[in-house]
Amino acid sequence: MATNLHLRRKLTNGVMLGLAMLSTLVALGFLFNVLGYVLIQGGSALNPEFFTHLPKPVGETGGGMGNAIVGTLILLGLASAMGVPVGVGAGIYLAEFGSGRLGTAVRFVTDVLTGIPSITIGIFAYTVVVLPMRGFSTLAGAIALAIIMIPTVTRATEEMLKLVPGSLREASLALGIPMWKTVLRVVVPAAMGGIITGVMLAVARAGGETAPLLFTAFGNRFWSFGLDRPIAALPLQVYTYAVSPYDDWRAQAWAGAFVLVAMVLVISLLARLFTRGAPMR
Amino acid sequence: MVNTQGQTGRVGATAARGRPANLGDRVFKSVVTALACGILLLVGLIVFKMIDSSMQSIQKFGFDFLTGTTWDPVFQKFGALPFIYGTLVSSLLALAIGGPISIGAAIYLSELAPNWLRGPVSFMVELLAAIPSVVYGLWGIFVMAPWLRSSLEPMLGNSLGFLPLFKGPVYGVGLLAGGLILAIMIIPTITAVSRDVMRAVPNTQREAMLALGATRWETIRLAVLPYANSGIFGAFILGLGRALGETMAVTMLIGNRPEISASLFAPSYTMASVIANEFTEATYELYLSALVEIGLVLFGVTLLLNALARLLVWRVAYGPTGG
Amino acid sequence: MTALNLRPEPVENNMAPEEVKLLGRRVEIEELSAWYGEKLAIEKVTMSVDPNRVTAIIGPSGCGKSTLIRCINRMHEVIPGARARGRILLDGEDILAASVDPVLIRRRIGMVFQKPNPFPTMSIFDNVAAGLKLNGLADRRTLPSIVEKSLKQAALWEEVKDKLGQPGTALSGGQQQRLCIARALAVEPDVLLMDEPASALDPIATLKIEELIQELKQSYTIVIVTHNMQQAARVSDYTAFMLAAEDRVGRLVEYGDTNHIFTNPKDKRTEDYITGRFG
Repeated sequence: MATNLHLRRKLTNGVMLGLAMLSTLVALGFLFNVLGYVLIQGGSALNPEFFTHLPKPVGETGGGMGNAIVGTLILLGLASAMGVPVGVGAGIYLAEFGSGRLGTAVRFVTDVLTGIPSITIGIFAYTVVVLPMRGFSTLAGAIALAIIMIPTVTRATEEMLKLVPGSLREASLALGIPMWKTVLRVVVPAAMGGIITGVMLAVARAGGETAPLLFTAFGNRFWSFGLDRPIAALPLQVYTYAVSPYDDWRAQAWAGAFVLVAMVLVISLLARLFTRGAPMR
Repeated sequence: MVNTQGQTGRVGATAARGRPANLGDRVFKSVVTALACGILLLVGLIVFKMIDSSMQSIQKFGFDFLTGTTWDPVFQKFGALPFIYGTLVSSLLALAIGGPISIGAAIYLSELAPNWLRGPVSFMVELLAAIPSVVYGLWGIFVMAPWLRSSLEPMLGNSLGFLPLFKGPVYGVGLLAGGLILAIMIIPTITAVSRDVMRAVPNTQREAMLALGATRWETIRLAVLPYANSGIFGAFILGLGRALGETMAVTMLIGNRPEISASLFAPSYTMASVIANEFTEATYELYLSALVEIGLVLFGVTLLLNALARLLVWRVAYGPTGG
Repeated sequence: MTALNLRPEPVENNMAPEEVKLLGRRVEIEELSAWYGEKLAIEKVTMSVDPNRVTAIIGPSGCGKSTLIRCINRMHEVIPGARARGRILLDGEDILAASVDPVLIRRRIGMVFQKPNPFPTMSIFDNVAAGLKLNGLADRRTLPSIVEKSLKQAALWEEVKDKLGQPGTALSGGQQQRLCIARALAVEPDVLLMDEPASALDPIATLKIEELIQELKQSYTIVIVTHNMQQAARVSDYTAFMLAAEDRVGRLVEYGDTNHIFTNPKDKRTEDYITGRFG
């Protein structure tokens, strides 16, 4: 009788543990399935023309997403130019001066910012940029993406700076180097690897965002050069083509997804490598 | 040794010349403080603008906005209940499907996986979070939805069709599709947080259980999970928050019909989706204001959920060690 | 109590101590008290530090010796809420005065810490040059010779002259500490403060540091905090003994010639400490 119970317990144990492993396999299965389709469907629709040509009008085959790829790069560049200084600066504040009430408030608010749905940020950018400018623009899209990037960069900067041992600051101060130079020329360089990782992860996240661009950057069928003009972006283009009824466009949507995923994955992987190589840990 | 710093000479004299270094410190502190306050101002501005832009709709419809079921831009009547319903159902469905998978994976990663496997597998699960939403939507439209329409939904309809949940025509897209894609998308979030929370359980707890002759599973069930349960609950809340705010993938799979239906096969509409679809077509102010108000509700709800989640997870990580 | 009881070899000394032109500076500490927030850490310490001599501060842990030495170059101010009252005169001028910029003090009074802390992102050369470069005092032409001179003063030149480009952390513990000494010397301070400089090092490296201190005193005024009594006896010319009473406030108990302190102390508490009855 005792062995009966024992057998039941062993059985339960085996089943539950098996389920746990199964769950992991299911999760990984989703990953491989999605990536697999992107790889195969996207890869087969890719050609050099894809990167250099503009989208063709409906009915004509061929064309590409050259303007969307360039557009994404432009948007990310502008967004980084705006978001990274703010994020790093705020991160420095939190690490060096942030132990009081203002610091707690800023930390809390940064957390809030992380959790805001990206479409809400799009609405905000619409109200403060698109409405006054009376039109969709590259600037609006870049601002929306910058807002999305800021909390990630701030967090990473603060944590990396806090990891730098106090003895380094001491050594620098004892040499008669003022506090601000100590932070900028000694502490920040020591934390640089981790900060760059944070920035790259923020860029990867922003690069894949579609929702905030729907009514800020809006998309463009042509090359656009002008902060005040709408601009194409890769995720936007993929979305437009994916929900369209044309086979040719849908194939290109897969190609666009391929490029998008490749971009995001490469940046994320590079970012991890950066932390691996950093001297401070 | 001659003091080559002839220019410094007496310390007092240098002090009299002013304190340039101190000026540098003050400027530096002001600049970084300003940038930090900039974030405060930014979020404050976001809140203000959201409320301000939805004022027209708030004043016109009041509380009925949240309970009204008609969304008719032509007749200027806006009720958001269908979207609230769609958002809630799809998100809860996501939790119901994705939650157990996440817990299972978290248990595996935290308790069962050999050390060398833990890192790579965790990394791969987290990779799910790196895939952009629009790519999930694309995959959903061309891979998942057809499969749902041809396999899963008919099967469910045939076997469980007596339940109102599984009645009605099968389209592939709809509440079930939306819930399913959201489930996949929140798995990395819930898994990662749950795994971390479980790993934070001290080993002494596990050892005590094992020493009493418990099996691995019993140890997990009786020693690890109860200790970590508020953190796991927090992980769920975090996942829910993410599901609520998800836009693109859901928009591509939910069917975009503002109706409330009991069946999971029916097309539906979420708050984020209606904003995504109709924002650029809002031709008059009240329309825009109503859409922004939906965004405001979404903002408020995700804010509350995130705060709750942080509280729960924080408590397990740093809180009183009970049992 | 370490077994190594070697006296470092007497350094070749071209000048008898009395004839040396006093190149270092004299430090007078008058009624120095220091607080961390509300807590009084040391009370009314009064002593003087003679130029071109090594003054050791000894005492059991918690007696306030680190606090004392950190007040001298106003490093204790780096801790939020810390403050000091009293006077510290460097060649007659009060450096604790509010009108005096601590940053400038720290260029005149250098410090070496217990755990070697070279800058990890900089090469050996850049580490030594750091104090000069970051303060804008470096001249591209003279920098290499200053670096070489500092490394020679720190008895490290021969070991690193071929690898100046390597990172500062690529050296052994003892070498890193000598690198930190070179870095401190490069800005040509008048006084060198050393907070337990050898306590993280092995006996051989410790010996090298002690020899170095004997050499350096010819050119600098040195104050050293050490918990190792025998080190103090070997290395210093004057010794100050500090003790914290039950109120946890550190006070100076006795100060005088090292030989006197260790062979014939005036205060019974000093004698108890020296003979190992406590601490």
